[in-house]
Amino acid sequence: MMVLTLAQREIRSLFYSPLAWAILAVTQFILAYLFLAQLQEFIRLQPQLRVLEQAPGLTDVVIVPMYSSAAFILMMVVPLLTMRLVSEERRSRSLTLLFSAPISMTEIIIGKFLGIVAFLLIITGMMTLMPLSLSVAGSLDYGLLTAVVIGLILMIAAFASVGLYMSTLTIQPTVAAVSTFGILLLLWIIDWAGTKVADENASGALTYLSMLRHFESLTRGVFNSSDIMYYLLFITTFIVLSIRRLDADRLQR
Amino acid sequence: MNDAKLITVEHLSRNFGPIQAVSGVDFELKRGEVLGFLGPNGAGKSTTMQMITGNLAPSMGQIQICGVDLLDQPKQAKAEIGYLPEQPPVYRDFTVDEYLDFCARINRMPRDKISKAVDQAKQRCGLTEVSNRLIGNLSKGYQQRVGIAQAIIHSPAIVVLDEPTVGLDPIQIREIRSLIRELSAEHGVILSTHILPEVQMTCDRVQIINKGKLVFSDEVANLDERMRATTLLIELVNPPAESELEQLAGISKVENIGNQQYRLHHAQGENPAEEIAKQAVNANWGLRALTPERKSLEQIFVEITSAEQAHHETEEAAA
Repeated sequence: MMVLTLAQREIRSLFYSPLAWAILAVTQFILAYLFLAQLQEFIRLQPQLRVLEQAPGLTDVVIVPMYSSAAFILMMVVPLLTMRLVSEERRSRSLTLLFSAPISMTEIIIGKFLGIVAFLLIITGMMTLMPLSLSVAGSLDYGLLTAVVIGLILMIAAFASVGLYMSTLTIQPTVAAVSTFGILLLLWIIDWAGTKVADENASGALTYLSMLRHFESLTRGVFNSSDIMYYLLFITTFIVLSIRRLDADRLQR
Repeated sequence: MNDAKLITVEHLSRNFGPIQAVSGVDFELKRGEVLGFLGPNGAGKSTTMQMITGNLAPSMGQIQICGVDLLDQPKQAKAEIGYLPEQPPVYRDFTVDEYLDFCARINRMPRDKISKAVDQAKQRCGLTEVSNRLIGNLSKGYQQRVGIAQAIIHSPAIVVLDEPTVGLDPIQIREIRSLIRELSAEHGVILSTHILPEVQMTCDRVQIINKGKLVFSDEVANLDERMRATTLLIELVNPPAESELEQLAGISKVENIGNQQYRLHHAQGENPAEEIAKQAVNANWGLRALTPERKSLEQIFVEITSAEQAHHETEEAAA
């Protein structure tokens, strides 16, 4: 209940600032361009694909690459959305309002997180309208589509949890944005090093940490519970860290 | 229980690193009472208020709000408190209505009572005409009022106001003061200020905090007693020699402050004004004014805080 009230306020605040609209417009534009480019590629390749026995379908060629690009684009966009979550409130001293109200730190953090996730769901929803428009003319692999959509949502929710934590650490929104982006990029590319490390165990650990790896299996339509768990654990970790950090504001320094 | 103590604070202390911002503060607040916190800048007023409202955890001590321990059951305790910090905690891109609606919700008010509570709070704080304006576009005075409206919207038992009249114009200050008096009918109010007349006008009880310690706590009525000074101010057209004035009954010291004015010191509890008037007429001094002077709260304040300091210094010297 209380969490939803807080989430609602977060969304409202987002839409009162031009930032949210700009982000929606820009991501939608870029993804639409990618979508069309990918679709044209598919139409060009169609005669050759028809000859193949196990040819990749519409979903494989057009939709999955679009979602992979979307994940990369959102990695840059999410820090901009999350940077203000706590730092801005701390800066304008409105955090006091939440601290003096009968709500717990956990409710504050989860409320803010759900608010941002709701906004990310709007982005994902708008994006998903494009592949769905293809169902008018062709046949889609709905199982695969569902898997990539779930994968993308989990991935960007994980981005948001890092952003939220970074925002609790600082009073400067830009610092939060830059450090969030740094961490996300590092986690994105960490398996590059993983494949080059000679030690089996170390490379395994680094590969496991990579956010991209867990997304990739979903883009192949493999719904592996260990990947889902990775994201859920990831999100929980950063939410717990955020709660603890916010609570530390009250405590002895 | 209800008409007894709203707040009980015991041995409250808070350190920021090596700095002791508040140390060993005890006090109580009863229903229907306005308690004024007075102190120089950095004395620990705001820190104390932040602790009462759950924004800071105390390093030591206990806080009970309406019999509920703030640290053990923060949710129940916080529901009984409305707090206006030094800077009103407003969302600048919300309208007054939206903001107050949100405040009512996070204070867990039932849905059906919210719109009525919002209207009432707006009315009390004179915000009805600006309901649909963005808070960021309002003047400082109106933002302050929004802050007060936020603190009283859920009709908490205790309203804590940190320097509520800062940045307001004289008319608004008067309005806010009368609002505070009005609030004290149903709520207990704690307010901090460094404007001394404000305390005299609005508070029932005053506590002076200096360097994190409670150095004075008394009823404002008793403070008035303390303010009755031991000097008379007289103005004479044909003043006699100062020595002659000094020989008047009950006068211990005479100060010539120019412009034919003299300040006469006398003992506490005596009032030689009548005698002086008689003498002045008899001797044809041309008495123009005879005023018993009152110590201002400033003087008392300075006396108390500097006495404390002197005490502290001698203690340190001894150690």
